[in-house]
Amino acid sequence: MTLPIFDPSDDPGPSFQALLRKLDAGPPPLDAASAGGSEPGFAFTHGTTIVALRYADGVVMAGDRRATAGSSIAHRAMEKVHPADRWSGVAIAGAAGFALEMVRTFQLELEHYEKLTGNALSLEGKANMLATMVRANLPTVIQTGGSFVVIPLFAGYDMRRRNGRIFTYDATGGRYEETDFHADGSGGRDARTTIKLGWTEGMAREAAIELAVEALYEAADEDSATGGPDAVRGIYPTVATITAQGYEDTPESEVAERFAALIQRKTERGLNR
Amino acid sequence: MTMPFYVSPEQVIADKSKFARNNIAKGRALLAMQYADGILIAAENPSNTIRKIAEIYDRIAFGGVGKINEFDQLRQYGVRFADVRGYQYSREDVHARDLANAYGQILGQTFTHDLKPMEVEILVAEVGHENAAGDELYRVTFDGLFVDEHGFCVLPSDAEAVSSKLKESYSDDLSLQDAVKIALKSLEAALPPDRKLTAPDIEAAVLERKARRRAFRRLEDAEMESLFA
Repeated sequence: MTLPIFDPSDDPGPSFQALLRKLDAGPPPLDAASAGGSEPGFAFTHGTTIVALRYADGVVMAGDRRATAGSSIAHRAMEKVHPADRWSGVAIAGAAGFALEMVRTFQLELEHYEKLTGNALSLEGKANMLATMVRANLPTVIQTGGSFVVIPLFAGYDMRRRNGRIFTYDATGGRYEETDFHADGSGGRDARTTIKLGWTEGMAREAAIELAVEALYEAADEDSATGGPDAVRGIYPTVATITAQGYEDTPESEVAERFAALIQRKTERGLNR
Repeated sequence: MTMPFYVSPEQVIADKSKFARNNIAKGRALLAMQYADGILIAAENPSNTIRKIAEIYDRIAFGGVGKINEFDQLRQYGVRFADVRGYQYSREDVHARDLANAYGQILGQTFTHDLKPMEVEILVAEVGHENAAGDELYRVTFDGLFVDEHGFCVLPSDAEAVSSKLKESYSDDLSLQDAVKIALKSLEAALPPDRKLTAPDIEAAVLERKARRRAFRRLEDAEMESLFA
């Protein structure tokens, strides 16, 4: 495919998706005939629990690693937390294929905008951009009777306000800002309750990571689609911090350490509580 | 009815070339040079917001001299070209050579078929992963000709004073500090002897070899000043 030089009146501007539409190079939309408002007749991959919480230096994001297809486990080591750009991250729950495509396009959107205009979008602008992408997926969700829903969780460090911020979404593209924490996906409710009980303003990094990890542990305890820590294979949740220094993956060894501390604490207290 | 006069192709090409070359020569020079840890690109540009040097992709940068609206259009084309290529295939499949080739096609087409050639000269630089042997520097001229350069590259091609100054002081394995100093001295060579350049007069950026992904980084005034010291 050759890329045209656009006329000023025909220019797609700094949006990567607008460019893909012009070039007809994006993924083909589902047509109404192929789905009739019912569940698709095949098993597809589903991602589950994701959390984000604010702490002293910014935001911690975390997600379990399990992906399911129907009642079977599709992947044990899926990544659900991704950097969106240097100062923000996006975590995903829902239909994995659509979700990963959404993350990839979102990452490209932010970078493309930054390179074309010479300025990065504001954190608010990034959150709104993601809302339009969730909204664009709505016809697909309706056509498939709600099966292909994708729910992202967006968090970042706001360089203008100098604090961490968390944005949540619903399937219709509704965008809501959370003050302190949120969790989504099939185990989201249990994760949310765990964070609610343990969260305090201005938590230190270690405490915040441990609370995120505990929330995922409790979600896995109650929800079959959420994966717990897998010490045999050495698979632990994905954890990332976003601060004034930017997005940073937390090393797996550190997550394993926090898990060990959590398990020890639980064992001492009596597991069957 | 008026009859068009016959003009020989030689004459047309000579006229267009002269027009483009003269107009490009009115602008300030831009240079790129390999140093120990990557590629430095620098240009005389007192503006802090209007740029001649820009990021194209993870390891690829752009530099333009001449008419700003024309080379900025090519810069945007480059970002789109690279992002679409990386989206359709993989980030590893985006290469500076392909982009230099695409620029050559566009500039060549415009030069031959349009009334007016583009009054620009373009640099495309890509930094290698392991060592300087993987670095690539391409120059694309207004007529669509593209050539690869080694070590350093000065735009426009006929900025003799700058390139001869750079040639006499350039060596492999310069530190960033030395490279910046040499770049400054070389750009100064095009100016009257009493004019000296300072940090705010220079726009500079580097492609850093050790970067994990986006290798492009601008050298802001404060950092430039500390490098001059």
